Amino acid sequence: MENSRFLVSSSPHIRSGETTQRIMLDVIIALMPALLAGVFYFGLNALTLTAVAVAFAVAAEAVMQKILGKPVTVNDLSAVVTGILIAFNVPVTLPLWMVAVGSIFAIAIAKQCFGGLGYNFINPALAARAMLLASWPVRMTGWVAPGADAVSTATPLAILKGGEAAGQALPGLLDMFIGNIGGCIGETSALALIIGGAYLLYRGVINIRIPVSYIGTVAVLTFLFGGFDSSAMFYHVLAGGLFLGAIFMATDYSTSPMTPKGQIIFGIGCGFLTSVIRFFGGYPEGVSYSILLMNLATPLIDKYTMPRKFGEVKKNA
Amino acid sequence: MSKLNIRTLTFKGGTHPPHSKKATESLPIERANEPKVVVIPMQQHIGAPCEPIVQAGDEVKVGQKIGEAKGFVSVPVHSSVSGKVAAVEPRLYSGGIAVTCVVIENDMQNTISEQVVPKGDISILSAEDIKNIIKEAGIVGMGGATFPTHVKLAPPPDKNVDTVILNGAECEPYLTSDHRLMLEHPENVVFGLQALMKALGVKKGYIGIETNKPDAIEKVFEAARGIEDIEVVALKTKYPQGAEKQLIYACTGREVPSGGLPADAGVVVNNVGTAAAVATAIKTGMPLIERIVTVTGAGVNNPKNLLVKIGTSFKDIIEQCGGLKGKIGKVIAGGPMMGIAQFSLDIPAIKGTSGILVLSEEEAKLPEPSNCIKCGKCVEACPINLMPVNISMYSLANRHDEAEALNAMDCIECGSCSFVCPAKRPLVDSIRVSKREILARRKKAQSK
Repeated sequence: MENSRFLVSSSPHIRSGETTQRIMLDVIIALMPALLAGVFYFGLNALTLTAVAVAFAVAAEAVMQKILGKPVTVNDLSAVVTGILIAFNVPVTLPLWMVAVGSIFAIAIAKQCFGGLGYNFINPALAARAMLLASWPVRMTGWVAPGADAVSTATPLAILKGGEAAGQALPGLLDMFIGNIGGCIGETSALALIIGGAYLLYRGVINIRIPVSYIGTVAVLTFLFGGFDSSAMFYHVLAGGLFLGAIFMATDYSTSPMTPKGQIIFGIGCGFLTSVIRFFGGYPEGVSYSILLMNLATPLIDKYTMPRKFGEVKKNA
Repeated sequence: MSKLNIRTLTFKGGTHPPHSKKATESLPIERANEPKVVVIPMQQHIGAPCEPIVQAGDEVKVGQKIGEAKGFVSVPVHSSVSGKVAAVEPRLYSGGIAVTCVVIENDMQNTISEQVVPKGDISILSAEDIKNIIKEAGIVGMGGATFPTHVKLAPPPDKNVDTVILNGAECEPYLTSDHRLMLEHPENVVFGLQALMKALGVKKGYIGIETNKPDAIEKVFEAARGIEDIEVVALKTKYPQGAEKQLIYACTGREVPSGGLPADAGVVVNNVGTAAAVATAIKTGMPLIERIVTVTGAGVNNPKNLLVKIGTSFKDIIEQCGGLKGKIGKVIAGGPMMGIAQFSLDIPAIKGTSGILVLSEEEAKLPEPSNCIKCGKCVEACPINLMPVNISMYSLANRHDEAEALNAMDCIECGSCSFVCPAKRPLVDSIRVSKREILARRKKAQSK
């Protein structure tokens, strides 16, 4: 037993088993029910679109990191999450090359140009959605009804909003809950998204502050704006990707506040903007733009919601 | 009547590292073999080092004073063996540097010094007497911080101290020395608490124990039965439950003001081991010359709880536990969350050595840090409600003024943030750097 060379480092000498990769894997697992629902309602094409989005996101990450001379970190799985979320935010009829462009934009521009994982100031998947919607507005709203025939349809919110979709029959609330409606691949089934969200809560990946304050605010405000009509409230809560946004996009670590109080403010802010856009703005939906806007406010929210430190005393002694 | 508080009390934040106490929690305390040589550092406490009062060639006895305290924040040091002083010279100790040590060759006779006499019944001792006994016995905080106990017992007159809390939380993973002490000598723990309460003239005493030690809670409660004003408190098993400020909050609901001392909240906190040392000093007159050390970890063949004489080398201690096992990564003095990694086994156990933890090469592997993903887990884990992620970023950018503005100086260095971080970032490490830098700057500003 001679003195061999022992490692000397600063405490703590043990670390938890949690890793970035494990967290991202949990998010991927949590997104699977919604992917299955997407495939079930919109066909295998939903799976193809998702695979393409993921492949291009991962490739874009590796290429960008090579170009920037950084270590390639695609095995942290964060690009896979972004790829899935991009596919979830487009209609199933979108051409494959368009979703590929979205993936490249999300990773190369919105994420890597700002420093990579943890440094992006807006949600890369939502940035890609906004870019696609601005570039190909017709393609990005090419909704089809669930089923093999791919009959074109309108989303419930477009119907509620009026305009050219006015007059179409609104789907029933149960269909909206299970996802049997037109919309983006991953947004239609609130049920599947809630199952995924419950898994993330169980695993401690997210906490309930942002989803609950976001969805709660939308419920309250749409009830008020809709003239105290509870059925309108239910439509607004279940439609337009609110569950996808509230559970999976607004809770993105890099672009949402770290303080508990800040997370509640962030959720309320998202809910307020979503309701205002839907009732008073030009778009029928509004989840993605409200989250993007609140992303911009995140550093400020964090700054002004710093927790009261333990033992802080008023200077009056 | 003593009370058992059955509500489980705790604090906000914190984390749940694996307990890793199974290997030693059911092993009774064993007396370690007599060391052939002891190396006794003159600085085993926070404060001024001692002046050695023996020279090479002197004969010393067990319990004899060999180092005289210099200054108020200092305590004397005593010989743990009888024998001959071989040298008085600088030697490496667990603080990582060399300090003056008295090296004594043990004659194996265990001749007790005449200075060691029982101090009489506690009822006839005054508060002043008790404080003196504690100071002269060289008693310091035995949880690891080694702050001289008599200094805690002399709070400034403007502080209204009304409570003494004994820390039996033992929230550090792996360590079981306090646990075994509470099981095997609960009467000493309770006696020590009574002495500390009398020294401070206070009427309220708590003994806080984490719920993962139900047997200890039971034993200590039994021992305190019938004694007024002592409350045994069950604490939630969560790290850092034994941190002074968190413990005070859990027991009394009081917050120690930022930058203040426990006395500012009317409380004095001592470790259960310290209380037992106080009891020994009063009952037998024997100063602090030995302590319980948990020797454990995957790198030790036979983990044990050993009663070790101060000055026994880590090497001797580990040899008695079957020696090292397999490839060794780290040897830590203390627990895995706040202990100090050692580069040599040629260092003595001292008053603050609560454990010797040997981690295998695999366990000790340093994780590669990756980008912060802003998950906020460190913010939720911080028991002081700081934002470790932000302080750390400023620290790493050498912007220590901003780190100070984010209350870096309030950090208690518990390591919860680094433990939970999924990106394995050096959070508490970098905050420590900032704290040093801020202190250095304050000192510089003062001297101008």
